[in-house]
Amino acid sequence: MFLALGGLLFLLYLGFMSFISRIPPPLVQPTQGEVWPKPYRQVFLNYYYLVKPQTFRFRVVAQKCELLEKALERYLRIIDKTKISRNLFIKQNDETETKIFLGYLDTLNVYLKEACDNITLPPYSMEEQYILDVTTNKSNTTLSAASIWGIIRGLETFSQLLYPVENEMLRIECTEVIDLPRFPHRGLLVDTARHFIPMIKIYKILDAMSYNKLNVFHWHITDDESFPYQSIKYPELSKKGAFSRILVYSQENVRDIINYAAARGIRVLVEFDTPGHSKSWGKAIPTLLTQCYKLGKLSDELGPIDPTKNSTYTFLENFFEEVATVFPEDYLHIGADEVRYDCWKSNPTIQMFMKNNKLLLHTHLEDYYIQKLLKIVHSLSKKPIVWEEAFVDGMTLPTSTTVQIWKDSALGGWRSTARSATAAGHLVLISACWYLDHLTSGGDWGKFYNCEPLSFLGNQLQTSMVLGGEACMWTEVVNEYNIESRIWPRASATAEKLWSKRDADTYRKATHRLEEHACRMIKRGIKAQPPNSAGFCI
Amino acid sequence: MYVLRNILLLLTFLGVIAQIACYIVEPGPTVRATKGAVWPKPQRQISSDSFYIVRPQAFEFRVVAENCDLLQNSLQRYLDIINGSTVSQPISKNLVQKRHYYKPWRADKNFMGYLDTLDVLLTDPCKDIDLPTHEMKEQYILNITSEGTGTVLSASTIWGILRGLETFSQLLHATDEKALQINCTTIFDFPRFSHRGLLIDTSRHFIPMIKLFKTIDAMAYNKLNVFHWHITDDQSFPYQSLKYPELSEMGAYTSWYIYTPSDVQKIIRYAAARGIRVVVEFDTPGHTRSWGEAFPDLLTPCYANGVPNGQYGPMDPTKESTYSFLQKFFEEVVKVFSDQYLHLGADEVGYECWESNPDIKEYMEQHGLTSYRQLEDLFVQKLLDIVHNLKAKTIIWEEAFTNGLQLRNDTVVQVWKDWSIGGWKWTTYRATRAGLQVLLSACWYLDHLSNGGDWQKYYDCEPTDFGGSEQQKELMKGGEACMWAEVVNENNIESRVWPRASATAEKLWSAKDAETKQEAAKRLEEHTCRMNKRGIQAQPPNSAGYCIL
Repeated sequence: MFLALGGLLFLLYLGFMSFISRIPPPLVQPTQGEVWPKPYRQVFLNYYYLVKPQTFRFRVVAQKCELLEKALERYLRIIDKTKISRNLFIKQNDETETKIFLGYLDTLNVYLKEACDNITLPPYSMEEQYILDVTTNKSNTTLSAASIWGIIRGLETFSQLLYPVENEMLRIECTEVIDLPRFPHRGLLVDTARHFIPMIKIYKILDAMSYNKLNVFHWHITDDESFPYQSIKYPELSKKGAFSRILVYSQENVRDIINYAAARGIRVLVEFDTPGHSKSWGKAIPTLLTQCYKLGKLSDELGPIDPTKNSTYTFLENFFEEVATVFPEDYLHIGADEVRYDCWKSNPTIQMFMKNNKLLLHTHLEDYYIQKLLKIVHSLSKKPIVWEEAFVDGMTLPTSTTVQIWKDSALGGWRSTARSATAAGHLVLISACWYLDHLTSGGDWGKFYNCEPLSFLGNQLQTSMVLGGEACMWTEVVNEYNIESRIWPRASATAEKLWSKRDADTYRKATHRLEEHACRMIKRGIKAQPPNSAGFCI
Repeated sequence: MYVLRNILLLLTFLGVIAQIACYIVEPGPTVRATKGAVWPKPQRQISSDSFYIVRPQAFEFRVVAENCDLLQNSLQRYLDIINGSTVSQPISKNLVQKRHYYKPWRADKNFMGYLDTLDVLLTDPCKDIDLPTHEMKEQYILNITSEGTGTVLSASTIWGILRGLETFSQLLHATDEKALQINCTTIFDFPRFSHRGLLIDTSRHFIPMIKLFKTIDAMAYNKLNVFHWHITDDQSFPYQSLKYPELSEMGAYTSWYIYTPSDVQKIIRYAAARGIRVVVEFDTPGHTRSWGEAFPDLLTPCYANGVPNGQYGPMDPTKESTYSFLQKFFEEVVKVFSDQYLHLGADEVGYECWESNPDIKEYMEQHGLTSYRQLEDLFVQKLLDIVHNLKAKTIIWEEAFTNGLQLRNDTVVQVWKDWSIGGWKWTTYRATRAGLQVLLSACWYLDHLSNGGDWQKYYDCEPTDFGGSEQQKELMKGGEACMWAEVVNENNIESRVWPRASATAEKLWSAKDAETKQEAAKRLEEHTCRMNKRGIQAQPPNSAGYCIL
């Protein structure tokens, strides 16, 4: 019986293998001039323009500021890069032209309603809505938005509508786009502690984020392995805790990244993970960490941050005071994931402290720490984000704490956590579906695309508490050489799930758009890997 | 039942807890790199604590026997590599703090002085035009003795010298700014298997020349010696033929995604200079859809409901014109690619198009062929005859053997399937029992991804572990790591291949069970940084860490 069953399965397997191997897979045809992530609403008209990159200009027709001018310059360069100077050789182009040519489009009006002179950084409440009207009346072709951030998103869309045709020219279909994001928080986490990621790569990641309308760069800047953040108050942290003296982010580097991101409408959300994931802090300040005991004797090993010492909190106050000024972002991520209790358990001083303070369980001790840390964060007028453990393990979190959900292995999966956290009144961020370090053979963006952030059981109030989500690039097996191709275009799937409306497109149809989008990113200098299967970019 | 379920859940839960409890990480890299350890591990190596310091500016090779341009160029190449092996910053933070980092080795009792020359003793004459063959000898002896006069690299062939130079360059490790350390060492080294390959598919994605050169560089750093060029497939035909230029004109992705005759010669020369053979594969009769863009008559038209449906299947084995085309085409191929071996593919032939075609059916009836397998055999047999008449030796994918085709006993069977009954071991057992030579690839598919540093799964594979007699094991000629390019392009191919293919390289070069994975991990950590330093965009092998570049 067992053999028969095995044989049957085997035959099924063979059938499957021959099915996939025998028919030459058709190339996934890329779309032309379609937008990723898919706009909220887009209507195509039966007309098109040609654009000559050399003569094309933006015309600012309302508010104006440096942020806007820089964005326009950037997109002029991108548009110029979109053209193809080589002789086009397209194998099959039997599509007959049905659209009507309306001449050359030389300008796009840029209508920004709100003044932006005093704006330098995107707030968490940034407005990203825009309207892009490529009408049949050439001089009325306009991008309009209330805020500069909407204009930046609209410029990205405009640049994506342009696609190369012969003679170094671009083509754009007449179209009306009304667009706004589904979720306000659309992030990418990059871990710079497991491997140091050089500045130049971070810039390229920010570039690519803007091509995908992602708006939060979650900088997981330190961890057990290394401490590359060069602190003003405690320079010894990176001097001793970084992998090497030169593998650090200076204050100037941090400022540059914040400004570079801001110019693209991207917030920089920093995470200093405590009380676990903090062993590298102990290289410079060993007294910060718990001393572990083995068989009742003091060992060399250090554990999580020692929550019982007053000196811990004095340090954290000073340190986070610095962090709050260096990173002007409204939110601060304080980690609080994967805290190991065995070291706390082994330490008699900690046990004594728990007894004296009537803390029965180690979660209570962690809670004690988190409460104190949250107090510090609040005193600095920052909004805290924590990983889900702080909520799931029963810390007494004020509802002002946002919970980032990352585990899918817990009972009931991420949906159950999302359900209970929103029921308890917390805003949540979803990451569980979008771990970029989880690999599968083949073009595996489909698994990221299949995740619907609101697919947990909850009422309308609960689903309205989902701020958005983040794709996470943990860097245990990623370094500067493969980080770009590991992220892109896989994180583009997350970007579309968070920007476009629910079920905006099917996986099948999105495949063609992503094929174009990956080539677009490659053309702009992003080392994206192939999204689907065999193919090529011109 | 309910209780049972709860117990199961509890066990799962405890499992999760246990996993979390095991999460212990210390600051710094997860795996500490070795210093000056060689990858792949040499057959025999004896080292001591005594060491020399090499100052790249002052160092030179001294040719003490045979000499030729091939040798001269290699020496220059390795001088450049050695020059690039130094670091621009003090290697250790502690040294800086102690403030005597300048020449810290001087105080060391094991310091034997400076090593300024390595004698290179090549006994067989070499010529600039030499090409490596499947019979090349790669054995070498490297002697860095404490007497100071006896630092010699010797080998009978230029290929052995090349392997030895690689080893010598790997023994050197940066100890401080502008200085390299080498421990006194005696190495006697030779490969376990003669065929140690890497397959690169340039059809699913076009891989630019510059990336192919870098791939060959990295192969040399891993002592791999066969570049298996899977140059065409269904998706595109980037090889620019002299006789049939239409093939790439119509069959390449675009008119500039091609390899010109001069490109091909450049690759062959570049590889040869590094002791690497270029074995080309023109896969037929399946995997040939792109050939049909220029020559649709080569392929079988598929039928639906009794009429051609516009699709094409494998090559048409019933037409004489097919074979006269192949005759002329392979005449060119054996001239262009000078290696003695030619890979003919013959994998994954689908029968449904043949089944649908009435002309094929008629032909089969006329010729008394009762199965499509026989029809496939007919094609492969004729192709093998063509190629043998051209004096080329052949490699084919395993299907040609498992389908029961009569193969000449100098045909090499490349085993790639691991899901057939008995896995690759059974196929290998059967092929060697039939007296055929075998190349193993089933364990080393680089497009199969898993989380984390996954080189260990490649390292676990033992090529002779298929049962069989000693005689059968003799027929195991080596293997190849395969980089199919459906989801790799020029942007990720380098980091996808390296250092994962390094695991294959060591399994094919080093002695059986040369080292445990745990120990090899440290060596691979160093080897990956070494490749990074030489400009190869290798990904991290194990986990968190860094390289000093």
